[in-house]
Amino acid sequence: MASVDPTTNAGQLLAAASGGRRRLGDRVFSRTAVLAALTILILLAGVAIFLLFEGFPALTASASELPEGKSFIDYVAPLAFGTVLAAALAALVAVPLAVAVALFITHVAPPRIALTLGYLVDLLAAIPSIIYGLWGIFVLGPATVPVMKWLEEKLGFIPIFEGPASVTGRTMLVAGLVLAVMILPIVSAVAREAFAQTPRRLQEGAQALGATRWETIRMTVLPFGRSSVISGAMLGLGRALGETMAVTIILSVSGAVTFNLISQANPSTIAANIALNFPESSGLAINALIATGLVLFAITLVTNMGARWIIARQQGE
Amino acid sequence: MESSVQTLAPAQPSRLLSSGLGWRRRGLNTLMMVLIAGAFVLAMIPLFSLVFEIAKRGIPGLSAEFFTEDARGAIGGAGGASHAIMGTLIIVAVASVISVPIGIMAAIYLNEYGEGRLRRALTFFVDVMTGIPSIVAGLFAYALFELFLGPGIRLGVMGSVALSLLMIPIVIRSAEETLKIVPSHLREAAYALGTPKWKTITKIVLPTAFAGLVTGVMIAIARIVGETAPLLVTTGVVDSMNTDPFNGRMQNLAVYAYNEYRSPGVMKQASYDKAWAAALTLIAIVMILNVAARLVYRRYKTEIR
Amino acid sequence: MSSFRWVVVVASAVALALGVAACGSSSSGETTGGSSSGGGEVSGEIAGAGSTAQQAAQEAWIAEFENANSGATISYDPVGSGGGREQFISGGVAYAGSDAALSTEEGELEKAEKQCAPGQLIEVPDYISPIAIIYNLPGVEELKLDPETLAKIFAQEITSWNDPAIAKDNPGVELPDTRITPVNRSDESGTTQNFTEYLSEVVPSVWKFEVSGDWPVKGGEAASGTSGVVEAVSTGEGTIGYADASQAGELSVAQVKVGSEWAEPTPGAAAKIVEESPLNKELSPGKYTIAYELDRKTESEGTYPIVLVSYLIACTKYGSASEAEAVKAYAEYVVSPEGQELAAEQAGSAPLSPALTKKAMPAVEAIEAG
Repeated sequence: MASVDPTTNAGQLLAAASGGRRRLGDRVFSRTAVLAALTILILLAGVAIFLLFEGFPALTASASELPEGKSFIDYVAPLAFGTVLAAALAALVAVPLAVAVALFITHVAPPRIALTLGYLVDLLAAIPSIIYGLWGIFVLGPATVPVMKWLEEKLGFIPIFEGPASVTGRTMLVAGLVLAVMILPIVSAVAREAFAQTPRRLQEGAQALGATRWETIRMTVLPFGRSSVISGAMLGLGRALGETMAVTIILSVSGAVTFNLISQANPSTIAANIALNFPESSGLAINALIATGLVLFAITLVTNMGARWIIARQQGE
Repeated sequence: MESSVQTLAPAQPSRLLSSGLGWRRRGLNTLMMVLIAGAFVLAMIPLFSLVFEIAKRGIPGLSAEFFTEDARGAIGGAGGASHAIMGTLIIVAVASVISVPIGIMAAIYLNEYGEGRLRRALTFFVDVMTGIPSIVAGLFAYALFELFLGPGIRLGVMGSVALSLLMIPIVIRSAEETLKIVPSHLREAAYALGTPKWKTITKIVLPTAFAGLVTGVMIAIARIVGETAPLLVTTGVVDSMNTDPFNGRMQNLAVYAYNEYRSPGVMKQASYDKAWAAALTLIAIVMILNVAARLVYRRYKTEIR
Repeated sequence: MSSFRWVVVVASAVALALGVAACGSSSSGETTGGSSSGGGEVSGEIAGAGSTAQQAAQEAWIAEFENANSGATISYDPVGSGGGREQFISGGVAYAGSDAALSTEEGELEKAEKQCAPGQLIEVPDYISPIAIIYNLPGVEELKLDPETLAKIFAQEITSWNDPAIAKDNPGVELPDTRITPVNRSDESGTTQNFTEYLSEVVPSVWKFEVSGDWPVKGGEAASGTSGVVEAVSTGEGTIGYADASQAGELSVAQVKVGSEWAEPTPGAAAKIVEESPLNKELSPGKYTIAYELDRKTESEGTYPIVLVSYLIACTKYGSASEAEAVKAYAEYVVSPEGQELAAEQAGSAPLSPALTKKAMPAVEAIEAG
């Protein structure tokens, strides 16, 4: 590059390019980025060590020393079951809904109000989790009581609707629905960003070939946003697995391991169990609670491994 | 491609639709549009119900006193929540100061620099981090500070640390997705001009992704602003105003609301009113932040052609 | 591009400003080691933690105390009795509130005594609250339950409201055919502990479960916190639950048989049973530890045996003079007649009887620096 015009931006960059300054800037920046990555791993390692360290005594203790006199496995299995059940319910309801909401905002609604609509959905994320809990027991629960009675009557032969229907509505079904509403904004926000950034070329191409709006979406927007949606779903699922306060307030925890969604006897979730019992616990009981936190950590790990595997497989196609 | 598309590019879609197979595809289109719109309406129902309930129950608790006075020396239904409001703002601000730089830099690492084992480990573990129960984050922060500062320690900054653990994965995930979407041809053009990598990122990639990054940060803030469980075990409960996150207990709106609900005393309705009013204030804070973010978004939104 | 930079600059400036404001002077929430000003006012900062049952009362006490002593800042973390005792033992808080007296299990009592050395351990009742049996049965205004029926209902042996056992004690009342939904606490609680203690002492033939803070019977409706139980009973038809009487509000409260009388959960009746109960010698080893062994089988008139007695735990010696002064003044206020009246007004508890106050005062008056 013989003659470089120093008045243009590109020119200045080119002039600096040959200098050592560029290497320094790059080095500093990339090192900072790596440092950030390492900090997070260290933080996480700290959490894992904390959980292991504090939880270990409970993992090795005998059944008689642990709360409820059960072995640790017997203690944590119903909790793990409840956690996965509630979170699965939430994801099942929230993810399709979130995708539809994101599609609505980015491709169906008039563009002028799209931003406002997105803002409305995001408002759901701002509501404190205790309020979700209170809403669940004051509003949603009582509203579902007649519905659950009907489900028990007509569909009671299906195990999930076995009943007897709770009179207060504080059931696994309601807890799952409230969790779904809580994670909807997260999944929808991530999906929305992806859908909005679908390259116009692709969409216009499909339209030029005569595709209807739905077909355009199906052929261009959805495939483009697929990995983002799964990412968002993972975020939402993580939130649902770890949600503490809302489940603590809503769920009627009566220790049964059951798929029955509409009764008052429900298993607790790991997070809610910790919140319910931690205040009055001492000694080995605290270690047991933290050990259940470790189990939750493991569950999240496994779920995420599964999701990553799914994404990898799809990208390999 | 659809088998029903027989020839290339008739310019007017309606021509194609009017050709025999059209009504089925058009019907499906209408059905899906209705379903999608219906889903949106369905999602709006809980929102309106929630906002309605919070407003209905919270407005009676609002007063000038609520915003200007703290609860020091307040008996019965007296006192306000100014200490809680200030506490929430401070704790969330400190948490953001911790989480946003780390989160965005980590997302930059993942997207622009990362390779090999560190990258895979980070990706994987950020996913895992999303599943930390909020109370465990609180217990961890407490244990961390207890190590250095002795038992029974309660500080505003402890709450911020606990909340950062919850914020960081959200910031990273959404930032990563946003950065991924910035098309590579922008970067390639910059490199072709000899731009150093770090300048490409700061002057081209980040500004392009700016709007999406702001959305991600807003979602993360919204997520933590109402968190109660971790703060219960880290920031403590106090009825006086405290603006120093590094010294002493700090009240915040979420714990304040929870306490008023759980231990209302004899003046039950007054306490319940305050709890809902605190929730209303929390939402108002997030709404204001959101509006600011939306304005930024609108201003800096760039579409990719 | 430049306006983007402006946004970053402004945001950083705001963050900086906030940081400076925060690290600058904090208002009333600071400074230990203030000396007491003339006129008997106390200053300093002390922290307590423990029972959530005491929370409303503690808040009222703190508020009134801070009004009288503007330099003092007291805080009380309602982390639960177990957490409170633990923090007290580890020296994290100056005083604790606990629904159960320090026990000899896991050497809790010894550890607390060691923590207080060279001073002595103080443990006095500061909060007495009757536990009401609340129920939701439209059309049934008054309900009488004897202990056996009560136990059977909560053990889920009686499942319908029109069961003959209930009808027997409620002649003339029209009992509907509704299913009984017993409501209990899902979190570990002192209220549960006291209620199950009552059931297991008075009707051991029916209530064979272990007494603890965790509700032992599976399959009922479980709610978190006193408010949770109250809300569950308010919204569910046919529900019956147990909760702090001060929170019962508009709900119907059942009368429980004591001896040959039907007793209601009044503060006076609750205070009376504590007065008539002996000390628990094992848990009251020291001069200043007053732990009660409640005589729940009592048949005496005017008592209500389903009560929660919550304790104040402190030491007679504290390291710093200002801490000792503050704890002493605060504890003196808590057990004083004025303090107990305030708690009765604001939290609905039963004030300590004069006899009980007379026993508790010397304990808190013994607090000094050392």
